[in-house]
This record gives sequence, structure tokens and C-alpha cells, in this order.
Amino acid sequence: MLDCTPKELIKRTGGGINPAKTCQPIGAMYAALGIHNCMPHSHGSQGCCAYHRSHLTRHFREPVMATTSSFTEGASVFGGGGNLKTAIKNVFAIYNPDVIAVHTTCLSETIGDDIPTIIKGAEIPEGKLVIHANTPSYQGSHITGFSNMVKGMVAYLAEATTDEKKEQVNIIPGFVNPGDMREIKRLAGKMGVRFIMFPDTSGVLDSPMTGKFEMFPAGGAKVEDIRDSGNSKLTIALGYYASSDAAHLLERNCRVPALTLKTPVGIKATDDFLMTLRGKFVREIPYELEEERGQLVDVMTDNHHHFYGKKVAIFGDPDILTGLTEFVLSLGMHPLHVLTGTPGGILTGSGIFEKEIKAMLAAAGLEGRVKAAGDLFELHQWIKNEPVDLLLGNTYGKYIARAEDIPFVRVGFPILDRGIHSYLPIVGYRGAMRLVEMIGNALLDRKDRDAADEDFELVL
Amino acid sequence: MIKMAGAVKNENLILERESSILIKGRQRKSRLKCDTDSIAGCVSQRACVYCGARVVLNPVTDAIHLVHGPIGCASYTWDIRGSLSSGSELYRNSFSTDLKENDIIFGSEKKLAGAIDELVQKYRAELVFVYATCVVGVIGDDLEAVCKAASKKHGIKVIPVQSSGFIGNKSAGYRAACDALLRLIEPPGGAKRHTKKINYLGDFNLAGEAWIITGYLRQIGVEINVVFTGDSNYHNLQKAPEASLNIIQCAGSMSYLARRMEELYGIPSLQVSFLGLEDTSASLRNIAAFFNDARMMNLAEELIERETGAFRPQIERYREKLEGKKAAVYVGGGFKAISLIKQFREIGIDVVMVGTQTGREEEYRILHDLADDGTVILDDANPSELERFMIEKGAHLLVGGVKERPLAYKLGMAFIDHNHDRKHPLSGYVGAVNFAREVYSTVCSPVWKYAREI
Repeated sequence: MLDCTPKELIKRTGGGINPAKTCQPIGAMYAALGIHNCMPHSHGSQGCCAYHRSHLTRHFREPVMATTSSFTEGASVFGGGGNLKTAIKNVFAIYNPDVIAVHTTCLSETIGDDIPTIIKGAEIPEGKLVIHANTPSYQGSHITGFSNMVKGMVAYLAEATTDEKKEQVNIIPGFVNPGDMREIKRLAGKMGVRFIMFPDTSGVLDSPMTGKFEMFPAGGAKVEDIRDSGNSKLTIALGYYASSDAAHLLERNCRVPALTLKTPVGIKATDDFLMTLRGKFVREIPYELEEERGQLVDVMTDNHHHFYGKKVAIFGDPDILTGLTEFVLSLGMHPLHVLTGTPGGILTGSGIFEKEIKAMLAAAGLEGRVKAAGDLFELHQWIKNEPVDLLLGNTYGKYIARAEDIPFVRVGFPILDRGIHSYLPIVGYRGAMRLVEMIGNALLDRKDRDAADEDFELVL
Repeated sequence: MIKMAGAVKNENLILERESSILIKGRQRKSRLKCDTDSIAGCVSQRACVYCGARVVLNPVTDAIHLVHGPIGCASYTWDIRGSLSSGSELYRNSFSTDLKENDIIFGSEKKLAGAIDELVQKYRAELVFVYATCVVGVIGDDLEAVCKAASKKHGIKVIPVQSSGFIGNKSAGYRAACDALLRLIEPPGGAKRHTKKINYLGDFNLAGEAWIITGYLRQIGVEINVVFTGDSNYHNLQKAPEASLNIIQCAGSMSYLARRMEELYGIPSLQVSFLGLEDTSASLRNIAAFFNDARMMNLAEELIERETGAFRPQIERYREKLEGKKAAVYVGGGFKAISLIKQFREIGIDVVMVGTQTGREEEYRILHDLADDGTVILDDANPSELERFMIEKGAHLLVGGVKERPLAYKLGMAFIDHNHDRKHPLSGYVGAVNFAREVYSTVCSPVWKYAREI
């Protein structure tokens, strides 16, 4: 009944059906939550802020605090400057954060509010900060919004104050869960590298139950650390789409060299991350991480016969997809369809996303469909025409998985129908091991479900 | 709860908020400032005009709900309502014009017209709702003209919904949705013959609630003409003017529609509530009394006796466990809050704090009359206020929506979703038991033991 998607492929021109992306402001809000003691502020109508908070709350199952300029008809005609100034005054008076991180919306962008000028005219208490990012919803996606807010952090906060760069690395983790950010910090820590990671939502959106409600939980990147990022020797941007713009701005403003790596999903991308740290900062990889890698290779070899030749459809955010595609290839699977809703280029077009994934497929001697700026209607049509054995993606994949009766593993953002995922990583060797388990279990549960009595086996 | 001492922060509530909060019995005023715009800079739990319009219209199952704007508004409202359908599932897809920068600069009327053409062709729908979002209201697309042309071209109803987010609050969205519904149901040849059937307004069939109520009414000899808008469709909505009575559950979203239908089609209306044993029974009696039909009244009494007899003992068992617990209520509309106070009394729980996002003055007056002395009553609360009063009043449980759930949990407090994330029907007699069971299962869960040991 739920399957309203026809098999026959039709060319469409007028908009999207069942999106594989959402709008910039929510990404900016998520990034801003990764600054310690920061209140994200949505400069637009009340609904934007309410929707983003609800959506993030459903994904993380945590309180998500953010304020809004509460646009009215008057503000939309005469500009939202008055609302923003009142909001800044009120937010500091009531909630007392160290930083307010303002992001715009399609409404305030279209009426042309000049945020820097408004901020200059606002009452900001001594020692407090207001930063901003322009996040028009009609460009890019939530990933673009995340990237823009991280860029805003660099633009407002990072400073080069020392003559010589310090032996420390900046790590921009990209739009990943707090559990992933925690794991990236653990890896860098085990490597013995001094690092500054921003944004950092661990400790904010996976905070422990203490019996108290904290408006600003203990986690988040500290302002003084983001400031000091201008003095680092290197910035590693994990993920081209969510992180590289900020790294390049840091290079331009503070002469910190920028290096973009894949989000460390899977064995190869994790290797690249650790080898980069080794090459630039330390001599060797500690035994503990070698052991983790060895265990990952062990489970890959122990179980590879379950994976070989299985066809997979993968959708979600571009930086995650790059790592996931590479990883399922290394398990011997065949990524037949790979689709992101985020445009591949700066504003539109296929950009490096399609190029990168196609190159991976070609190197493996495989063919598949790849698309940036697609939607799930299209992915569903692809699957109807060329079926797969497994679907990897966010919650919205459940309609396709049900309609086509395909095993489904939930990865990415948002996941609205399962809990706990945001606490556990998919990055690093441990995260890869978790992916092997999730994918393997999904395939084998299906095998058990579908087996005739005579084929139903105890040992698999 | 745990670590209560000194936990109340933010003593200096913002001055402008003071008139929106009152404590029964402590102040001379019994009037609350409500139904106004939120203050800029508050962590408001409220949503926008589009949200209000969308929640009312979304349950229309066979419509194409086309959101005209950038992608966000469509993606955040994609199948989140939990309104069940017995027929088409088309409404559970997300349709958007996905506006890009060029569309904003050069206008997006063509793109909209193209999207309607493609969707109508693909899904052969007879009804399209086109929702205006903020940006559409600013760039000045002529939604009326595009919809009119598309209606004519395809020979179907294409109805614009004037729901730009900034033109008011959620209530303005309810009104925009009702205006769209009025256009849909307008009979081509004027008002139609009245039947004995009734319309049921303001039930969105969350977890199948409208089906339960329809079942009760059928048992007392009343046929539902159409539900606004739970499990409704193009054809049954169009029959709306034929009804002899409108009963209204969710007053916040539907009293405007009821008033207009009375003016246009002479259909009288009756406020009902199917939350809790007491209100459900009273509502069934009122409906039977409206028809002044002795047989109907007898059937209603039989049903009430049978259902109450079946479910009251179960509720009593929960009551024994829950007696003396305290609840805080923060919901969308005023009428639901009123019903909840009564429903909590049925299971032995006092409501110590009650607030709404969009309650109206008369509803706050009823809440004030109904509440115990010392109960905090507040409009458009923010999380700090909720935290402060829940702790001050020693609440064990919060009733709210998505954004309030983790707030309660972090405080070590139980929680019930009385919004669109509910998974069990909470209406009628069976719903009253479900409600009691849900309250019991969260308030008395063993998990709190570990939380409180911290």
C-alpha cells in the first residue's frame, strides 16, 4: 500500500519527491551545538527553529536548545534587524551562554538582512560573543549549512597569534554523530597527538543522565581552543563537503595548511587518517590501534563469504557515502546504486561526489548508478529496475525496504525510529567492526527468515 | 525529584513573560496573556503557520500535499503525524518544489505549475494542496493564479494554502487550513439536503482514534458523514455540507471551520471530548440529546454502562498504584489540557502545572477554574520555565510533545507523548485505559530507580 512509486523511469523537472536531504539551517544548528556554552539562534520564523529542534531531538533523543527571532509579518516587511537585536539581548539575559551562533533562513536571506551590521549594532555583554553564518535554505543541503557554520567559527574566532605554529593539529570531524566525534578524539588521543577538534557535539548531544537538565551540557569545543586553531601546524578536514571549506578559510586567514581526508568510515579511510597523523606528528601507531585494526581485518576475513557479491544500494550524506562505498567494496560487496540529496558542486551539479564514487567502482571493475542531488523516489525507481540485496541509509529508507522487501541497515542522519545509534561510532576500526556486524546480521537474519525448513541451519 | 535543592535556576524570568504565567490562588489576576507572538530570543516550543496548516490537512489521504518552497519544510513534515489511513497512502509521501536560488530570484510560478503537472500525471490525484512557505510569501508568487490554471487544465481541485510561516503563529495556520477545506467542500449548487449524519471535526486519527469514536457513534445509531481530517479523502470531504451536526474534538484547530459551516450551511456544532471516561460518556450523552431521540439516548446509556463496566476496573487498578502522583501538562491546545486535568483525576493524579502553545483566553479561564490552588498555569512556555515549575511543584510526570520528552527524562521524570508521536489510541474508553497504562508504565518503570541513585 505504501508503495506509490512507479517502476517506469520518468524525467522530472518540477521539484523533488521524498528528499534525501534537508535544508541548511539545521546543519548550522547542529554545528553550533558543538561549541561549548553556545546557543544556536535561528534568524527566521518560529517554525524553522521548532522543526530543527524536533528533528534533532528525534535523532539524538536529547534536549536540543536553540532560540529564534520569531519573525512576524512586520519583520518580513521592514527587516528582521529589530528582532535579532532583541533576541540577542534576551538570550544573554535569560540563558547566559558564552556565544550565540546566528544562522539565517530562506526568509531572512530573501529579505536581505545584513547580519554582521545587525550584530555590530546589538547590545553584547562584555566577554560574550555573537558569531554568524549565512545559510540560505535554497542552496545546497543541511551539509552545506553545517559547513557554513564551521566556516563562521573560523571567520569569527580563529586567530594566528604565534610566530611559529604549534605542534598541534586541527580536526574538523564533519556532520557525524557525537559517538563518532568521541571516537575520532579517542583515535587522535591514542596517537599521542595534541589536537583541537571543532565542532564537537560529544558531551552535548550524548550527555549522561544526572537528574539535572543542563541548558548547556559539559561538552563542546571551547572558544579558546577554536581561537588557538589559528596557531596549529595543520588542519585535517574530515569530509570534503562538511569540513573542507572551513579548513581552507583557516589556511587563508591564519596560514594553517589544510588537508582534506575522507570521513574515516571503513578500514582504508581510517588508515589514511592515522597515517596522516603519523606522517605529520608522531613516529608510530600505538599497539592498541594496530590491535584494533588487526581485529577488524580478522572479522572481515572470518565473515567475508557472507558479503561477497551482494548488491547494495546506499544513500545519505556525501562524506559518509564515500567512506561507506569504499568499505562495502572492501568487503566484496557491489554498490549498485549510490545517491545523495546534496548537490555535488558548490550550488548544483554532480561535482566531485559522482567522480569519486565512480572512480571507486571502476577500480573494482564494477558498474553502478551514482547521483548527487537525487531523491529517494529516484533511488526507489532504480531499485525496482535493478534490485539489490541490501539497503544502507537513514530512516527514510524504511519505505523502500518494506516495499521491495530488502534487508535494511540504518546509517546516517536522520535516524528517527531507532535509539542509541548516535552514541556508537561508525568511524574508526571499531566503527567499521560495528558496520560489519550490522550488515552481516541484516543479511543473515534475512537468510534465516527466508530459509525453507530443510535449508534452515544452526551454524552459518 | 533528585537533587532538587537549589536546582531552580533562572529566577529572573524575563519581564515580558510574567504576564503569561500565573499561579492559581496566589494572584488576584485570573487572566493570562495568551494568543500573542512569542518574544524574540526565547526557546519557544511553538511552531509556525505552515506547521499549523500542515497538521490539519496532512491526514487527507488521497491528496498530493505539495510544499512550495525550499526543501526543509517538506522534509521536516514528511510522514511524522501518525494519522492512519484505511485507503490511499499518497499523503505519506513528501512532495516539494525544492526551490533553488534561481527560483527565488526569477520567481517560481513556472516551476510550481510544472511540478503540479508532473505529479498529477504520475499519481492521478483529484486533489492537490499547495502550501505556501515563508519565502513564497516574500517573493510574491501568485499562488492563486497558478492553482486556478492547474485546476482548469487537469479538471481537478488544486487548492492554495496561505501558510507562509511568518504571517502569524500556529493558530493562523489552522485557519489557513480551514479556509482551504472550505474551498474544497463548497458544493457547486449551493447548500445541500441535510442528512441524519454528523461530521466529526478535529480528530486526526492518530493511532486510529477516529475509528474508535466512529465505532461508538455507530453503536448508538449515529453515522459519521466525514471526519475532519483523520482518514478523510477528497470524496467524503465534499459531502461535508450534507451533515446535520458538527461535533468538535480539537477546538483549537477546528472551531473556526465549525463557525463558518454554521454560517454557510446552517450546520450547528457541539463541543465534545473523548479523552477520559467522564468526558467520553458526557459527549455521547450530549450527542444523543442533540437528536432528542429516546432510542439513541437509551443506546448511549447502554454503551456507557457496558464500556465503563468493562474498563473502569482496569483503570481503578492503575489508580491504586498512581494515587498521589503529580503531573505537569504542556500541550498544543487549550481544550486538550482541560480534558487532561479531568483524565488525570480519574487515575488519582493531580495536575500541578498546565500550559499550552496556543490556548485561547476562554480556555485558560476554564483551566483556571478547574485547576487546584497552587497550580501553575502558563502560555507559550520555554524549557527553563517548564523545568523550574516542574521541579518546584514536584511533578513526577510530564505530558507533552517531541521536544519536551528528553527534557523530562533528563530531570528523572516520566513522560507521555500526547502529540503526534503517540503510538496507542488515547481516545474513548479503550483509550482511557491505554492512557492509564502508559502513565503507569512510565511513572512506575524500574529505570528511574537507577537514575535516582546517582
